[in-house]
Amino acid sequence: MYVAVKGGERAIENAHRLLAHERRGDRDVPELSLAQISGQLSLGVDRVMTEGSLYDRELAALALKQARGDMIEAIFLVRAFRATLPRFGATEPVDTGQMQVRRRISSTFKDVPGGQILGPTFDYTHRLLDPQLAETSLPEPPAAAEASNATMPRVTDILGRDGLIEPSPRADAGSPVGDLTREPLGFPADRDLRLQNLARADEGFLLALGYSTQRGYGRSHPFAGEIRLGEVEVEFMAEDVGFAVPLGAVTLTECQMINQFKGSATEAPCFTRGYGLAFGHSERKTMSMALVDRSLRARELDEEIVAPAQDEEFVMSHSDNVQATGFVEHLKLPHYVDFQSELGLLRKLRKEFLDAAADTSEPMQEAAE
Amino acid sequence: MNVANENGKQAQRKAAMTVLAHSEAAEIARRLDSIVVPAYEILREPENGLVMLRGRIGGDGAPFNLGEATVSRAAVRLATGEVGFGYVLGRDRRKAQMIALCDALVQSHEFAEAVEENVLTPLRATMVSEQDRRAAETAATRVDFYTMVRGEG
Repeated sequence: MYVAVKGGERAIENAHRLLAHERRGDRDVPELSLAQISGQLSLGVDRVMTEGSLYDRELAALALKQARGDMIEAIFLVRAFRATLPRFGATEPVDTGQMQVRRRISSTFKDVPGGQILGPTFDYTHRLLDPQLAETSLPEPPAAAEASNATMPRVTDILGRDGLIEPSPRADAGSPVGDLTREPLGFPADRDLRLQNLARADEGFLLALGYSTQRGYGRSHPFAGEIRLGEVEVEFMAEDVGFAVPLGAVTLTECQMINQFKGSATEAPCFTRGYGLAFGHSERKTMSMALVDRSLRARELDEEIVAPAQDEEFVMSHSDNVQATGFVEHLKLPHYVDFQSELGLLRKLRKEFLDAAADTSEPMQEAAE
Repeated sequence: MNVANENGKQAQRKAAMTVLAHSEAAEIARRLDSIVVPAYEILREPENGLVMLRGRIGGDGAPFNLGEATVSRAAVRLATGEVGFGYVLGRDRRKAQMIALCDALVQSHEFAEAVEENVLTPLRATMVSEQDRRAAETAATRVDFYTMVRGEG
């Protein structure tokens, strides 16, 4: 059997050469640059960063180019890259309240302090293909208006002041922040681990699960309290420097879902919440994440667990598209020996079945004779 | 008095690091070329690595791990003894080293003024004008609601 595995080096080499050729496409057409991918396919790059779980636009653009636009392959490449670098530590938690906002909407308060700011959105477009984009396009420069210095409090902060929404869970000084890249996943999982898992989870998987909760499988009556996009400063406590050093800014999207209220004999009823946060402009992802974050709190909120989106082991074990594709796609690798043994067993079972059938039919044959 | 001084110096270094982290490496290099840079030694060879970016549950609650980011870092020491550190998002090691150099210069009595005037001030102006441009473009997409007046009777 080993002989069968040994062959193929030449074929593999030539297949990869053919892949490189196909990736390049028509050589009379200019090659894509990473700056083009990063600048013009920016939401694709954002998704690769988010699910690759590595904030680096240039690497994500390179991964997309190498993967010929296959998102999951690109995400896989980014994950593999991150394993090659040492980790210096963890940043200070970012403060999304201090975001330089480029988009901020609330579906719960029309006159939210700071205003409704649409930013660069597909919302309200007619979803008609634009033939002008098939040619070289030179869009109008963006409009400008006087920016206000008014603060932009999170909608949940405003509701929180009146106690109408549950507060966010406080940090427990004694317990370290869970990290699923360092320790294997165990259940039940705390919310920090669940959010880390959801942040890097496949967008399509979360979208479907979030959708399922809206359709009644673990209903949680959500409102999009607020979605905001913009730049947030990052600081890192560097031991050698002696203070938290500014590293620059990252683009993040945040979604605050406001969900059905709950109360008890001892606590006044208030809204509950679900949270989503992702790299780049990732609106659908953060909305889905917030829906699933909320539904996974079923145990904590004493809700009956009846739907897949409420089952943390099911969700967290199947949300990672790199793990999923690894296990699904490994089926195409050689299983010759496994299959030969199955084949041998099947032949034996069939022979036994046919022999047994022949035995029982003999008396009947005699009778017929 | 000493503590206040120390805090003031630290705030100054952080402010400088913020401007430098937001600036293009080529721009920093161009500005540094315009001043006389003293001799320095490399304490930490520029290197790439990762930091785990943290968010907070609900935006203001307990921290959680969001995902990693690439960073570069470096450290230098001036002949006069000041040690400078450079930490910045991304994989540009040269940028980290230039930030480290600027951080050392900011701490030096002799060079602090020159680096503030010729490097940090112009870079800060670029950073602020870029942020203002974005803020103005964003402000133009703010929704002004108005209520349709219903006809009476």
